[in-house]
Amino acid sequence: MILGLIEHDRGVLNKASLEMLTLARKLGTVEAVIIGKEGMALPQAVSQYGISKIHLIVHERLGDYTAAAWASSLDQVASDLAAEAILAAGSERGNEVMAHLAARLNLPLATNCVKVESQGSDYLINRIRWGGSLVEEARLPGHPKLLSVALYAFTAEACPTENVAIVEHKVKLIDKDFRVRMTERVESEGKGVSLATARVVVSGGRGVGTAEGFEKLEALAELIDGAVGCSRVVTNQGWRPHSDQVGQTGTRVAPDLYIACGISGAIQHWVGCKAAKKILVINTDPDAPIIQKADYAVIADLHEIVPAITAAIKARPV
Amino acid sequence: MNILVCIKRVPSPGRNISLSEDNQEIITRNLGFTISPHEECAIEEALRIKEKCGGTVTVLTLGAAEAVEQLRYAMAQGADEAILLQTDGREWDPMATAQAIAGAIATKPFDLLLFGNESADSGGYQVGCRIAHTLDFPFLSGVKSLLVEAGKISARRDTPAGSEIYAIDLPAAISVKEGINLPRYPSLPGRMRARRKPIETSQPNRPPGGPEMIRLIVPEGAESKVEILGNDIGAVPKIVEVLQELNIVKMKF
Repeated sequence: MILGLIEHDRGVLNKASLEMLTLARKLGTVEAVIIGKEGMALPQAVSQYGISKIHLIVHERLGDYTAAAWASSLDQVASDLAAEAILAAGSERGNEVMAHLAARLNLPLATNCVKVESQGSDYLINRIRWGGSLVEEARLPGHPKLLSVALYAFTAEACPTENVAIVEHKVKLIDKDFRVRMTERVESEGKGVSLATARVVVSGGRGVGTAEGFEKLEALAELIDGAVGCSRVVTNQGWRPHSDQVGQTGTRVAPDLYIACGISGAIQHWVGCKAAKKILVINTDPDAPIIQKADYAVIADLHEIVPAITAAIKARPV
Repeated sequence: MNILVCIKRVPSPGRNISLSEDNQEIITRNLGFTISPHEECAIEEALRIKEKCGGTVTVLTLGAAEAVEQLRYAMAQGADEAILLQTDGREWDPMATAQAIAGAIATKPFDLLLFGNESADSGGYQVGCRIAHTLDFPFLSGVKSLLVEAGKISARRDTPAGSEIYAIDLPAAISVKEGINLPRYPSLPGRMRARRKPIETSQPNRPPGGPEMIRLIVPEGAESKVEILGNDIGAVPKIVEVLQELNIVKMKF
């Protein structure tokens, strides 16, 4: 039996958990684990995704997410059920809980898997490296097998089953499980278009040259309801805040159009923007690697082209 | 306040990754090496805490003899001491890495262990957590802001909806993400000093077991389908057409 951790934040389901279930079903019968009383409302939705049973773990101290307490809870239930494997989404929290679980059990953990199959007593897995620029094929031993599933590698597939049983579990938690305490939550104010969800991203790299150079990109972005992004060189130069950075160690974007201005496109940047539906490159260097991966390219100076686009849009006949 | 920062030497692949013939490793002949980005920020954060609270900063890496380059860079930035757990250069899995590091620091009185959230290359998301468990330190990952005061840590991390603040008592282990700070460049006197500093070196035995890497695979890229719209300002009308086709700017009549 395969155990899948359903991730939620105060009762709001993380859809990456449903993607994880798509992979989990390829490995065997899947049962889901939901932790904390705020997850009590989730079984209805989760039961539509091909699971045979739901395990609810409730404890008076299981309120807000705490990785160590979640890992301890998961450990206790998985051990009672003798699960063959435990899976979570390869999200920030999913990977964190699995790391705690792996450390508790002193077992291997394969994070961000894109392919898993049984091979004898082991699993043969493919997992991503370099943010997705490289794939590692590996043998994963252990009982249970511990793994997380790369984000966006699978789609959530509804697969309703009749009579999904819901079982409540009690767990023992100790003070040590709560040494990391959440003291405050801050909801971000909706200021402008967010980079992660923007329909258009106007992004600048080394070619922009200065912090002031980004004013041209901002003007265009504002006009087309886009967000401004940048490459890592730009944040390292201090031209833009890190929250604007697109790439492996920044934000992953998936806009309808990504406009890459003066960005050469190292692999660490590419993994952050490759989910864009279309990519338009503006670059003076015809050999910039990002051009071969783009849909449209203009081989010219962004400082000339970007303001001209803005002017042309403004000047269209009314 | 004694701080340990664990770092990893990684190649900077640039435009693409090429693999050795046996698909066991990246060809690094023509590549530079660097410290994994989140860990560069861990070093900077440690230096800032030291500047505020006093104490020492020690950097540690497990890797080939060449990783001395990254330890010296961190010392040039201001780290006081460095530890090299020297291997033959083959990759160690996260369990083996964590076991060797925990063993090497178990008897050293560190108040704070800092890690990068995940390494740039193998990206296992677990070495810091495993070390923390072995040494019985509380652990928090993904930290984007850190405040150390009176034996306590206040740490912020981002969520899709905003951010969360966590409280942790020292000693503790934290993994940080790029963006928590902007790392400094080493000064020239710093580089000179770092050249002369000793590096504590040992050669841990690689523990058996663990996951076994079979091979690396470069995912196939799609064939290029790029349409060159032009080489000068004359391309602008075509760009606007594209924006209209994609419904990003509305057609006006």
